[in-house]
Amino acid sequence: MNSVILRTGTVYLRPLLLIFSVFLLLGGHNQPGGGFTGGLVAGLAFVLEALAFGLDQARRTLRVHPLTLVGCGLLLSAMSAFFSTLLGKPFMTGTWWVWHVPGWGELAVGTPFFFDLGVYFDVLGVTCLIIFSLLNAGEAEGKT
Amino acid sequence: MMHLLPVYPVAGLILWAAVSITLHRYPLAQMAVTALALLSAWAVSLILLYTATFSGPIVLLVGNWPAPFGITFVADRLSGLMTVTALTVSLCVWLYAAFSTAREATGQGFYPAMLAMIGGVCGAFLTGDLFNLYVWFEVLLMGSFVLIALGGGRKQLEGALKYVSVNLVSSALFLAGAGILYGALGTLNMADLAVKMHLQGMPMLSSAVAALFLCAFGIKAALFPFFFWLPAAYHTPPAAVNALFGALMTKVGVVAMIRVFTLIFNHETEVTHTLLLILAGVTIAVGALGAYGQWEIRRIFSFSIIGQIGYIIMGLALNTPLALAGALFFMIHNMIVKTALLLTGGIAGKLMGTEDIRRCGGLYVGRPLLAYAYLLCALSLAGVPPLSGFFGKLALIRAGFDAGAWAVTAVAVAASFLSLGYGMKVWMYAFWGPLPAGIPDTAPGMRSPSVESSARGMIWAVAALIGLMLLLSVGAGPLMRFCLATAEGLLDPREYLQAVLGQGGGALK
Amino acid sequence: MEFGFAIAIGGLYAAGFYMMLRRNIVKFILGLSLLGHGANLLIFTAAGLTRANAPLTAGGSGTVMADPVPQALILTAIVIGFGVTAYMLVLGGRVSQLSQADDVDALRESERGAE
Repeated sequence: MNSVILRTGTVYLRPLLLIFSVFLLLGGHNQPGGGFTGGLVAGLAFVLEALAFGLDQARRTLRVHPLTLVGCGLLLSAMSAFFSTLLGKPFMTGTWWVWHVPGWGELAVGTPFFFDLGVYFDVLGVTCLIIFSLLNAGEAEGKT
Repeated sequence: MMHLLPVYPVAGLILWAAVSITLHRYPLAQMAVTALALLSAWAVSLILLYTATFSGPIVLLVGNWPAPFGITFVADRLSGLMTVTALTVSLCVWLYAAFSTAREATGQGFYPAMLAMIGGVCGAFLTGDLFNLYVWFEVLLMGSFVLIALGGGRKQLEGALKYVSVNLVSSALFLAGAGILYGALGTLNMADLAVKMHLQGMPMLSSAVAALFLCAFGIKAALFPFFFWLPAAYHTPPAAVNALFGALMTKVGVVAMIRVFTLIFNHETEVTHTLLLILAGVTIAVGALGAYGQWEIRRIFSFSIIGQIGYIIMGLALNTPLALAGALFFMIHNMIVKTALLLTGGIAGKLMGTEDIRRCGGLYVGRPLLAYAYLLCALSLAGVPPLSGFFGKLALIRAGFDAGAWAVTAVAVAASFLSLGYGMKVWMYAFWGPLPAGIPDTAPGMRSPSVESSARGMIWAVAALIGLMLLLSVGAGPLMRFCLATAEGLLDPREYLQAVLGQGGGALK
Repeated sequence: MEFGFAIAIGGLYAAGFYMMLRRNIVKFILGLSLLGHGANLLIFTAAGLTRANAPLTAGGSGTVMADPVPQALILTAIVIGFGVTAYMLVLGGRVSQLSQADDVDALRESERGAE
């Protein structure tokens, strides 16, 4: 696809989508959002890039293989689920650390956040994997 | 610490699957990680079975939420037994795959998908929550979707498409059933459902929901009206995947059925269990006849899976301790023997270059070991007396006579002869009979060295499975007693309910 | 209210099954995902339609809270459905590419016996 409007739009949309995805990820604990929606929105940024600038460009921007993202995300989620067992609590019990950040208030980070972060990477990886292979098949078909 | 164990064969295997995805550039490391994961999960499952047998079910409350509200994992005798068998068979398949895929490069996805699928299978066995069961079904399906499509050509992908779509329909039905059940009883914990079903009941709805679950699990188990996807899909992937599917996938549906129909839908047995009995009889007949009509080794034994599912469901439908014990024994025997047969088919196919038995022959001359391995398994599958298949069928047929279910029992006996028939058909054509004219010889040394050495390695997996089968035959008495105790626990689930719900479980009976 | 939802669920199921009976692979996949949506809406309706506040948040006592379980179930089912549908699309694309057809009647290769 070769459209000036799409390319120019993508340049501005891409950072916005990525920032919005992080916003969704962080806000997801008590408000609508979370790792899944965040990961989807982040995946959207790369899909848009692949549509506007081609598959190779999107792969270069992602840098890592989508499978690696899936693996790391799964690993992070699984480890955060097992973390509470190290403290002698049942499997998947939420564990929280609270810091007082000067000028902001209380910052609470817990294992559910890392679980969500894992989901974020998983969804991002899976979305990219699937859309890239669909686009790949489409491009191969277009050539023949 | 003990209470943590039920989650290891599930979440632990998925953690290892994640490690193995991250290693997708290093196939050897993936292989090693898979072995480590399977061995450790196998050890944990043995502990689970031991503890569940001698000191009652182990219950894990995920996130420390109490039983009817949070997700529970329960390791009782049934789930312990099934997890141990599933992991044992998986280890043998790993051995086979280690010798075959390392050389053929089935793809980097094989080991992670295998681990995820086995993790999902263990999750489906161990969970005590109906919705969680749905989730594990989807996890194992995701793994199996990758496995069945891996590196495939047109034929395999077509099979995969059929397999995936039929399984998705089944998932949608399962989801609808779970939703209606939650709407009516306000819980999804299986123990809590059993108690509420007993106390409140679901007038009108109960049979309808039971039918939804029957369809959902029946599709997964390849029960009579829903079996068409299996012969279209199972034989298309490589033998290792085929064996893994044959051993695990349909059995998950069967175990889910046993759980649901002994624990929750056991009040209108004259409707549900009669229907199950009829379906079981037809399934047995269709499976045996269908297998007899095929000409490729793995197609024959994939088709015969259907018939054997019929035997297990027959045990469930008769609803007596002896019948259920026979069904459990038969299921364990079948998981082992079927895997061995499918792997033997894979090796024979590799040596002959085809699995069509009309174009094979004389394997006995060059490969006596493989031939004897096949013969033992085929005789055991048919239920010839000293071997393991006999005891399960004996218990089932005895229970059938006791219950006065003459028609089904007659079909079961007749189908046994048919299964001997198709077992011997393969023996006569591929192993014993002469090689048809114009087909190259396959005596040792006639094939390329890589095929030779990989076949030599793969036969170890078959040997291990045959060892297990002989162990089952020799130790049939103790195992049957264990299955009988498990069956009694299924039919009178007070121990299970009390373990999950605490004192509240005592409300039943 | 329930009546309207029941009609919608029935419509989704009917449309889903109708699409699944079409011979085009893409329409078949769309039918499957409609079936999934029907099941989700069924859970939502079967669990009871109530006007209530968000559960498990600081809403104070006395307010009516919605049942979080069906929402969690539907969310899980949607996530799984998303993944599975995407996988189906890739698979269906590959199959129609290999068999040069998007008609399910052409997919007979895997059932054909060895001749």
